[in-house]
Amino acid sequence: MTIGLSHYLTVGAILFTLGIFGIFLNRKNVIVILMSIELILLAVNINLVAFSAFLGDIVGQVFALLVLSVAAAEAAIGLAILVVYYRNRGSIAVEDINLMKG
Amino acid sequence: MTGAALFFYLFSAVTIASAFMVIASKNPVHSVLFLILAFVNAAGLFLLLGAEFLAMILIVVYVGAVAVLFLFVVMMLDVDFAELRQGFLQYLPIGALVGLIFLVELVLVVGAWVTSPGLTKAAESPVISLERVTNTEAIGRVLYTTYIHYFQLAGVVLLVAMIGAIVLTLRHKPHVKRQDVGRQVGRTREASIEVRKVRPGQGI
Repeated sequence: MTIGLSHYLTVGAILFTLGIFGIFLNRKNVIVILMSIELILLAVNINLVAFSAFLGDIVGQVFALLVLSVAAAEAAIGLAILVVYYRNRGSIAVEDINLMKG
Repeated sequence: MTGAALFFYLFSAVTIASAFMVIASKNPVHSVLFLILAFVNAAGLFLLLGAEFLAMILIVVYVGAVAVLFLFVVMMLDVDFAELRQGFLQYLPIGALVGLIFLVELVLVVGAWVTSPGLTKAAESPVISLERVTNTEAIGRVLYTTYIHYFQLAGVVLLVAMIGAIVLTLRHKPHVKRQDVGRQVGRTREASIEVRKVRPGQGI
C-alpha cells in the first residue's frame, strides 16, 4: 500500500479540525487559542507541501515558507499583546476582553 | 508495508495525538510541549515528502522560536489556569459537533482527490530532480528570482512584527538609573572638576 496525496490531505484535515475544535474547547484561554491557530497553520502547510510534492511544483514549498514566516510574526504580536493586556488587567480571560464593546 | 509507509503512519499518528493533547491537556505548559512534539513530527512528514528545507525550517522556527516564546509567556504570566478551564465541558458538545461535521466534509472533499495526468506537466516551476540539485537549492532558485518580492514582503512582515512586539512590551520604569549618552559626552572639564588651593594645616 503506497502513501498517496489523499493520505497527507487527510492528516492535514484532521489537524485543521483539531485546531478548530481547540478554539471551541478552550474559549477562555487565549494562549491555547493561539496554539490552536498554530495547529491550523501547520495543517495548511502540510497541505501545501503535499500538493507541492505530488504535483511536482516547487512553488507550494515557497508558499509554505511564506505562511511559516507570517505565522511566526502572528505568534510574536499575539503574545506581545497578551503580555501587555495581562500587565494592565491582571487577567487573560477572554470574556474580560470587552473594553471596546465589540 | 514499506518503510516509508510505516514512517508516514508513525509520524502522522504522533502528530495527531499530540495535537489532540495540545487542546485537551490541563496545564498550558504541557500544551506547549505537545505542540513542540506535533511540530517535530510534522517536520518528519515533510521529510517523507522530500521537503527537507521546510522540515528543518519548521524545527528551527517553530521549536526554536515560537514554541519557546509560548513557553516563556505561559511561565511568565501568573494566571490561574484552573479558573480558565471552568466551563470546559460546556462547549464540548457544540465544538465536537462542528468539528465532526467539518472533518467529515474535509475528508469527503480531499480524500477523494484525483489528479489528472496532465496536471503535473502544467507546473509553474517544476521540481528539479533530487539527483541534480538539493531541495534547498531548488527552493532558492525560484525564491530569489521569481518570488523575490514575496520574499522581501515576508521580511517586512517580520520586521514590523519585531518592532511592534518591542514597542508594545517596552516600558520605562521611573526609578531606574539609565545611561544618558548625550549628557556624558556633553560634559566639559570646567563643569565637572574644580581646582582649589588648600592651605597647609587648615583644610578646606
